[in-house]
Formats: sequence, structure tokens, C-alpha cells
Amino acid sequence: MATKASRSAARVMMAPAVILLLGWMLVPLMMTLWFSFRTYLPLRGGDLGWTGFDNYVRFVTSSAFWPAVQTTLIIVLSVLVITVVLGIFLAMLLDQPMWGQGIVRILVIAPFFVMPTVSALVWKNMFMDPVNGIFSHIWRFFGADPVSWLSDAAMPSIIMIVSWQWLPFATLILLTAIQSLDSEQLEAAEMDGAPKVQRFFYIILPHLARAITIVILIQTIFLLAIFAEIFVTTGGAFGTRTLSYLIFQRVLESQNIGLGSAGGVYAIILANIVAIFLMRIVGKNLDN
Amino acid sequence: MARAVTSRRKLINTGIAWAIGLLIFFPILWTILTSFKTEAQAIASPPLFINFDWTLENYGVVMERSNYARFLWNSIIIAGGSTILGLIIAVPAAWSMAFVPSKRTKDILLWMLSTKMLPAVGVLYPIYLLFIQLGLLDSRAGLVIVMMLINLPIIIWMLYTYFREIPGEILEAARMDGATLKEELIYILTPMAIPGIASTMLLNFILAWNEAFWTLNLTAVDAAPLTAFIASYSSPEGLFFAKLSAASTMAIAPILILGWFSQKQLVRGLTFGAVK
Repeated sequence: MATKASRSAARVMMAPAVILLLGWMLVPLMMTLWFSFRTYLPLRGGDLGWTGFDNYVRFVTSSAFWPAVQTTLIIVLSVLVITVVLGIFLAMLLDQPMWGQGIVRILVIAPFFVMPTVSALVWKNMFMDPVNGIFSHIWRFFGADPVSWLSDAAMPSIIMIVSWQWLPFATLILLTAIQSLDSEQLEAAEMDGAPKVQRFFYIILPHLARAITIVILIQTIFLLAIFAEIFVTTGGAFGTRTLSYLIFQRVLESQNIGLGSAGGVYAIILANIVAIFLMRIVGKNLDN
Repeated sequence: MARAVTSRRKLINTGIAWAIGLLIFFPILWTILTSFKTEAQAIASPPLFINFDWTLENYGVVMERSNYARFLWNSIIIAGGSTILGLIIAVPAAWSMAFVPSKRTKDILLWMLSTKMLPAVGVLYPIYLLFIQLGLLDSRAGLVIVMMLINLPIIIWMLYTYFREIPGEILEAARMDGATLKEELIYILTPMAIPGIASTMLLNFILAWNEAFWTLNLTAVDAAPLTAFIASYSSPEGLFFAKLSAASTMAIAPILILGWFSQKQLVRGLTFGAVK
């Protein structure tokens, strides 16, 4: 039983964290909301007063908006499909008995620990460079013309870099989930003569459902916000400008704070829609 | 096991898994190898794997030219400082939520998690502006605070899931014996919680080390950590593959090693305890 004294002590102990996070959330949020309703151009006259919903309308009607939404969706969906499908395959493979399992696991997980600026630059120069990159060597070896990856096939290149970074995360979480699968259930199914494909779809996949959902939700939140990978490779050119990169450019490059803030509010709403689903799952888990 | 695994099957598994593992690891391996080549060997066609003259020259050049030590030091201060500061704030909070739960504990935890979902780009300018006003732009202190705040929800969550596994009976027994709150914290809880706190520290350090939105946007020269150091290679210096590789290797080596020790904690920390 918690006593009254420990209850009030608990409140005091929780206070710094709650107050800090509240401030961290509310202050910038309020400022973004405020700016989003104003014409604010720091380099061209400063704060020029209220403008109602103009920024919101302008952001959505600008010619860059829909392509950016499309780019964002393509990147997020492609990376999700690639990492989840390959992740399930890798998790099942790593769950099998083999020699040197620990080492293989380490090799597979390693990309997750590489900082985004490094992985973007290494891929951009040492692999995708049209003259000296590894890919150009391979292409030439087979007698094909090397490709200028980041200009001619910018989207697939970005998707590949980001998938490489996130595959370890999906694999690691799915592997953890697969290892909690009751092996007796699988063996029983095997003895009853259920073929491999059926065992996969009726036992393994349903067991992984929750882990897959969590991988999708968490990755979506991070993928909506990818920045460094675009910043150091294409800088948003060649059709790789995502919604968050567009907002970044409006705010820091063209210094149109009002417009950028309105975009920011859209991004916040979008992230919150995803977050609500994640919260539900995590919240359910708390009750157990 | 109902059926013994044949060693043939095990051999096939091993072959496939190693091939895929090496393929995934290849970009990292290639970066490390290239860092020991001369610039000419780095772009040799066909590429050289290990049959080149190994040299440490690139490391010397990178350290001399770009003041690597300062970037490294900034990374250590920012990642380490934010981790320690975060723990100081998070340990009491997680403790109270795990051992003195109230009706609102769950809501508070979920709300804390939701602050993590706020897209950074949505609040970039306000933070930028506040940093200028407070004189924190391009300062290590400023980044320590921001890194601490963005990772605080994860720290609290991880600690909370660890603390919840400590049986409450032990605490009750200590209380019966007349232990005060302070004694309970120092002599009973802390020793039991050390493994959990250590893994939380590790994961948080890794996350802060690799963070590349705020570190790129809120630093210029003085407080720039390794993420910015590498980004400065985007062009045209990035065309010097051997030097780029040496710089990259130096930026990722410490964290790669730490990361290998934290695989299991990673799952718990990044899924907020939803996958164990």
C-alpha cells in the first residue's frame, strides 16, 4: 500500500520530468501555431501582421505541395514494404539453427548504428557515384553503362539507403517476437502434416501480427521525418523533396516562417494520426 | 525438438545467413577497408579488396585537417551530457510511476510518449528562435538540453519497464524494517536497477550520438558534433574516398562497438516495452 506521504513524494519526483516535457511540447507548438497565422519574413521586413488562414491555403496550393506529399508517401510505403517483408524473412532465417548465429546477427544489425549522415554519404559516393562507385564498377563489368543513381534514379536510391538503415530495426524486433513463439505449436502442426506455407500463414504470421504493427507504426513516425539522408544526397532535388524537407526549406532556406509554420502544423497533425494508433497498442500492453 | 536438425540443413542455413549478413554489412566493411587505402587505390578499377598497401595516412590527414578531436569531444559531451542529465530527471519519475502508481500513471506515460512523436521540423523555427534569444545557438549546453528532451520519454519508458520488474514485496519488507524513502532508494532499489539503468544509458547514448536533425540545424562551428563533421564532407571533399572513409570510420566506430552490446535493450527501448 502506498502511503499518503509516498504519494506526495511521488508527485514531487515526477514533477521535473512532467514540467520539462510539457514546456518542450507546448512552447514551440504555441509559437508554431502563432507564426502560422502571421506573415513573417525575417529577412524581408520581419513580422508583417495577421494573415488568417492564408499560409495554410498557400502551403497546400503551392505547386510543390502535392509532389512532396507523393514523395513522402512513396518513400514511407516503399521502405515499410521492403523492411517488413525482408525483415520477416531474415528473422525466420536467423531463428534457424546455424553456425555463428551471434556473428550473423551482429552483421545484420550493424547498419542501425551508423549515423545517418555517414550512411548517406558512403552510399552516395562510394556506391552510387557514376564514375568510381561500386555500382558503376559492377555495371561496367557486365558491359552496361553506369547509372547516375542520385540524379537519374533518385527515388529508388534514397529508398534503398533508408531501407538499408531500417532493415536491422525490423529484423531485430521481428526476431525477438519470433523467438517467443511456442515451438510445440509449430511441431504439432508439422506432425499433423501442415505444409510449410500453411504453417507460415496460419501460425507464424498471426503470431507476428502485433510486432509487425509496432514496426510499421514506429518506422512510419521516423520515416515521415527523415532528413539527413536527403540533406546530404540530393538536397531535395530530382523529385526527392519530402513534406518535412519542404517545410525545412520554407523555414530555413527561403526564411518564410509563416508559410513553413503552417506546413509544420500539417506535419504535426499527420504524425499525430499515426501516433494515436501506436498509443492504443502500447496502452493496451500497459494493462497486462 | 521433435526431429533432430540434419547437419545438411544447418549447413545450408549457415551458408545463406552468412551470405546475407555479409551483404548487409558490406557497405560498412567497404568503408573500413577503403579508409586504409591511398586515394588512387580507393578508386582503382577493378576495386581492390585486401590486396593493397595498407596505410594509416588518411587518418592522419583527417585528424590534422578537420580538427577531428573537437568534433569527437562535442559528440561525447552532447551524447554523454544529455544521457546523464536525462537519467537524473527520469530515474525519480520512473521510480514513482512504477512503485506508486495512480490512476493517471498510464495516461502520463502515454502522454510523455506522444511528445516524442512531435515532428522536429514542425517546431524547428521556434526552437531556433528561442536558441538565438537565449544565446544557446551553436552551444554544447543547448544541444545537451535538446537531446535530453527528445530522448527523455524513451529514458523514462525504459526505466519504467525495468523498475516494474522489481518485486514490490522487497520494498514493502524494507519499509516494515523502518527504511526511509531515501534509504529505500539508495540501498535497495538502485542496486537492483543498475542493469536496467546501464542499458538505458547505452541506448540513449547511441540515439543522441546519431541524431542528425537538431545537431545539423542548431550548430555551426563551436558545438558541431560528428554528424556535422561528416556532413561537411558532402561535397566536393567526399570525392576523396579514402579520406571520407577514414572520417566515417572514426565517426561510427565507437557507436558500432557500443551498439553490439545493446541489441536486446534496443528492442525494449524502441518499442516502449511492447515487444519483449
